[in-house]
Amino acid sequence: MSAPALSLRDLRIWYGHERGAVRAVDGVSLDLMPGETVGLVGESGCGKSTLGRGVLGLLPEGAGHAGEVVYQGRNILELKPKELRALRGPDLGMIFQEPMTRLNPLMKISAHFEEVLKIHEPELGKKEARRRALETLRGMGIPPTRYHQYPHEFSGGMRQRIMIALALVLRPAVIVADEPTTALDVLVEAQILRIIADLRRNFDTALLLITHNLGIVAEACDRVAVMYAGRVVEQGPAYDITTKPAHPYSRELLRSTISLSTTKLHSIPGAPPNLVTPPPGCRFHPRCPDAMKVCAEHWPPTITTGPARRSECWLHASEDIPAGLEAPLEREALAAAEEA
Amino acid sequence: MTTATATKTLMEIRDLQVHFSLHESFKSRVTGRGGRAVKAVDGVSFDLHEGEVLGLVGESGSGKTTLGRALLGLVRPTGGSVKLRGEELAGLPERALRPKRRHLQMVFQDPHASLNPSMPLETALAHPLQIHKLTSGAAETQAKVREVLELVNLAPVDQFAGRLPGDLSGGQKQRAAIARAIITGPDLVVADEPVSMLDMSVRAKILDLMIDLKRRLGLTYVYVTHDLASAKFFCDRVAIMYLGRIVEIGTTQQIFEDPKHPYTQALIRAIPEPDPDKALPRDLPRGEVPDAASPPLGCSFHPRCSQAFGPCGWEGRDLRAILEQRWVNAGEETYTTERALVGDLEKLELTHEAFIPAGPGKDAGDLLGLLEKVRAEDPDEPLWRGVRELRAESGGVHVSFEPGIDPVLYETDAARAACLLYRPE
Repeated sequence: MSAPALSLRDLRIWYGHERGAVRAVDGVSLDLMPGETVGLVGESGCGKSTLGRGVLGLLPEGAGHAGEVVYQGRNILELKPKELRALRGPDLGMIFQEPMTRLNPLMKISAHFEEVLKIHEPELGKKEARRRALETLRGMGIPPTRYHQYPHEFSGGMRQRIMIALALVLRPAVIVADEPTTALDVLVEAQILRIIADLRRNFDTALLLITHNLGIVAEACDRVAVMYAGRVVEQGPAYDITTKPAHPYSRELLRSTISLSTTKLHSIPGAPPNLVTPPPGCRFHPRCPDAMKVCAEHWPPTITTGPARRSECWLHASEDIPAGLEAPLEREALAAAEEA
Repeated sequence: MTTATATKTLMEIRDLQVHFSLHESFKSRVTGRGGRAVKAVDGVSFDLHEGEVLGLVGESGSGKTTLGRALLGLVRPTGGSVKLRGEELAGLPERALRPKRRHLQMVFQDPHASLNPSMPLETALAHPLQIHKLTSGAAETQAKVREVLELVNLAPVDQFAGRLPGDLSGGQKQRAAIARAIITGPDLVVADEPVSMLDMSVRAKILDLMIDLKRRLGLTYVYVTHDLASAKFFCDRVAIMYLGRIVEIGTTQQIFEDPKHPYTQALIRAIPEPDPDKALPRDLPRGEVPDAASPPLGCSFHPRCSQAFGPCGWEGRDLRAILEQRWVNAGEETYTTERALVGDLEKLELTHEAFIPAGPGKDAGDLLGLLEKVRAEDPDEPLWRGVRELRAESGGVHVSFEPGIDPVLYETDAARAACLLYRPE
């Protein structure tokens, strides 16, 4: 197995808040292999976007961090701003959610590409830069005849493809895509997913795809990491997790996804906890249908539940549960007040 | 959710039009006339039965939101008729329309934006009661507000009544917005993407609440969405919209089990499926959603349709799209040589007779040769089924297309579909 393109080691990110630190990412370890697409899923407020930005060193001022994000032997979080800037683009790319707001409306598409290539690869001549840009755009299905048009002349889906092309033209080793299809319609979304699937085949780029839609994970990802309250509670091959989830949160999330085969609505009671004072023990225990007494008291161990699969849950470590704590957790029914 | 055996008609919509003029030129801006118009809703007819859930499904720009708003008179129809229990609403002045809104309510997409951030819930909910004079006295108003808060599960009421929207989660805000809509005792609630801004885990709760309220209060819903999966679950009937028209309308079962319009078929196949064992093979329509200000001739979907044939409305712009697609796939060299042969493609007339200019200093015969070559390389391309003649003229090539037919909703063996495949002989 080759070395990971990017490796998170016990990554922690927190924001200051009047009531204490918001621990948005709280001890995440995750590897991204070259050419691999990893889906990061979870509800809003579970720390997905913070993780994605932390990976690129794009944290807002005042955010604290610990742990490591290792890229080519260096910890990104400790780089000087200048060194980090040099990495962004040619090594670490980002695709944002809203394609409409990320392109400069006063600049032609050609100017966007020329700027990016001039800054990061100044040794490329103008002709070569144009050739590279057109080739990348072609890969995204944008006709070369439209190279000199402005962003408003393109449809939403084309703009998102242009954004992806802008990230790809520098051939970065790692790309973080934060909900790249959420603002788009089904047909355009399907088109972008197809492009992402092609990406895996044609480039060696490692892609971290942040989404709340498990359907997208099943279609576009090799592996998936399920995040809850700042922790990755389960990770493993996308097919295995979407067909046989091991962690109750993954399972409940899958069940509550409305798809064409939905015949009965299902939802997870309650809402994700606040990250200033998360619940003790397993953070999911107040909402978990399988919770045992141990879950409310002891932090769950990380267990290997299958090939390349890990899950952070007491269900899979029953022999380690202290005596007397295997009984189901008794609790009052969740009041609607805590409902989302 | 099929409880819709009720056949009483609540609303009757006939040939409804909502056109927005663009006023691009100085003259049209001054006179308010002329210029191009976006036909957001372009001749839509359907009946809304009492107690049913009708889904309006389409992509952005299909006109589904505008249609939903036009039912309530929130946008002015520029033509056609909207009847509520036989009474005409289109064209009524705002003053006459306002009392009717008691019966017609709306839930908006973004719960963060549809509630006043500095207004406690009880005040926000009391407003509709006061405006429509539905209660007499503060005590009755308060009692009604509490009853409705209870109904949407914002309980214990004491805890929620005084809260500001900022203290609520997304799902709770949407519950409050629903409470405000039902407090006047409406017949119809138009819900515009009520769950699309919410997390997956919360969506089911809000849809459950809406189903529950419908049962208890005998509501009729129009559910506007781009999410077919939730529409399949939630609706009794579904209308699929594309560029301002209903292209297919039928019961949910007809639409999902036997979709007739190629557009509906493509939409259904495009939905991401979380169970990888149930995923369908994709067959995505090519191209982009067309410009709504100058929609394609004939059937609006024909440029993207794999089943299109002769009379679907082929025109010069489609030929341009074919050439562009060819240049996307072909390498740099082919593009450079072929592009030089073709002149400016941006100014094609919107007719079935197109003139493709040759590139500067290039011979019309060479251009004709190129087009013939394109045809020979991909004879199965649907566009060529609509081309009658390619003829070299001075300075370019004249292309004659078969005149298009604008499809209307035709009967099929399932849902009604606006597709020429189903046109009776």
